[in-house]
Amino acid sequence: MSNTMKLTLKIWRQKGPKDSGKLVDYPVDHVSPDMSFLEMLDVLNEQLVEKGEEPVAFDHDCREGICGMCSLVINGRAHGPQTGVTTCQLHMRSFKDGDTIYIEPFRANSFPVIKDLAVDRGAFDRIIQAGGYVSVNTGAAQDANNLPVNKNDADKAFSAATCIGCGACVATCKNASAMLFVSAKVSQLALLPQGKVEAQDRVLNMVHQMDLEGFGNCTNTGACEVECPKGISLDNIARMNREYMVASLKKEN
Amino acid sequence: MKTSIARKILMALSGLFLLLFLFQHFIINSLSVISADAFNSASHFMGYNPIIQFIIQPILLFAVIFHLVMGIVLEAKNRKARSVKYAVNGAAANSTWMSRNMIITGLTVLAFLGLHFYDFWFPEIGYKYVEFGPEDPGRYFGELQHKFVNPVRVALYCTAFIFLALHLLHGFQSSFQSVGFRHNRYTPAIKKLGNIYAIAIPLGFIVIALFHYVSLLN
Repeated sequence: MSNTMKLTLKIWRQKGPKDSGKLVDYPVDHVSPDMSFLEMLDVLNEQLVEKGEEPVAFDHDCREGICGMCSLVINGRAHGPQTGVTTCQLHMRSFKDGDTIYIEPFRANSFPVIKDLAVDRGAFDRIIQAGGYVSVNTGAAQDANNLPVNKNDADKAFSAATCIGCGACVATCKNASAMLFVSAKVSQLALLPQGKVEAQDRVLNMVHQMDLEGFGNCTNTGACEVECPKGISLDNIARMNREYMVASLKKEN
Repeated sequence: MKTSIARKILMALSGLFLLLFLFQHFIINSLSVISADAFNSASHFMGYNPIIQFIIQPILLFAVIFHLVMGIVLEAKNRKARSVKYAVNGAAANSTWMSRNMIITGLTVLAFLGLHFYDFWFPEIGYKYVEFGPEDPGRYFGELQHKFVNPVRVALYCTAFIFLALHLLHGFQSSFQSVGFRHNRYTPAIKKLGNIYAIAIPLGFIVIALFHYVSLLN
């Protein structure tokens, strides 16, 4: 444990949705470079509990980079300084001894803070409920070969489907726009034969819900694509713009 | 107009139209360097052709006003989407300055447009449609030169075009993305073309202004 680090954390503390919140300093010592960022926060929380203080609330679940539950804006970057990883996959070796680290929640009015660093990303669930599915009635699944899918389309659909819905795109966008998320969810279905049937209603309904939730507008800065832990491409946003244009022109009422 | 994507597409289409306008404006202005007569006859054609004056000009005015009003409205909406700002913002790591500051570059261009209208468009419209001045196909070159005597005006003119270049470095390629035109074969070419356009055209306007300023010094 010779090369442990001493850090100063500036963590956003907010008692509840109505509290105004503020950054609070926490010195932490003996941080191993092999710890994940969340493990480092666990250590801090254990210390806080021992001292009888309120631990820092933060979201996490699988800690394998696939569930989309962890969040955090670390030193101004969603999921921290690395690209292509979630906060749980970020390790303390990305920081240096003596560093000051700012830890803030994903900020967007559509993602209200529940407590400290935990935010309510229910807006994403409501967007999915507005059309991010294929309506399937009962019956056995048919033979897969009945629905030929171009390999290229299948690959693009799969890439879009790797979106874990973490909300880093919203957190990092200067406009708090949810376009990358929504476009991934529109694309993963629009590219496949099962999803094409409802593609037009889907894009209209999901965009409508996205606007209702109060997300900002996309200005093509491309920040979302850079910060997305799954590398979801801006191709999806262009596809959604196309799908939306066609759907709104064809719409009958 | 009611949804975010519809507004985004209209913003892009009006921007693309303005890019076309800027290009023809540049071509005509560059004639002033080559030949005063050619500049005069092109200007006279633009100023008295009924299709250009009464159909294209109103469309252009509408596009300018739409683009600026929508730009300001969208900026206001976007700011409202995040009321608590980040204490530390690492935006420089994931996006260009140009893409994040379209409102600043846009408003600077708008301010210049005010000066430009005051210098050229209002006198021109006043001459033709208020005073009903006689057609004078040889007046344009002199009017142009007259505006490039004052070094302060030339400096403002050049500064405005630098901001326009910054605006177009993002705007050109962004408008293609907004209308959904993105393809792994064509998009890299569009981005290159956009960068060339965004630098060459404003630089051309600056060179023309400096050319007239310097030629009038002697």
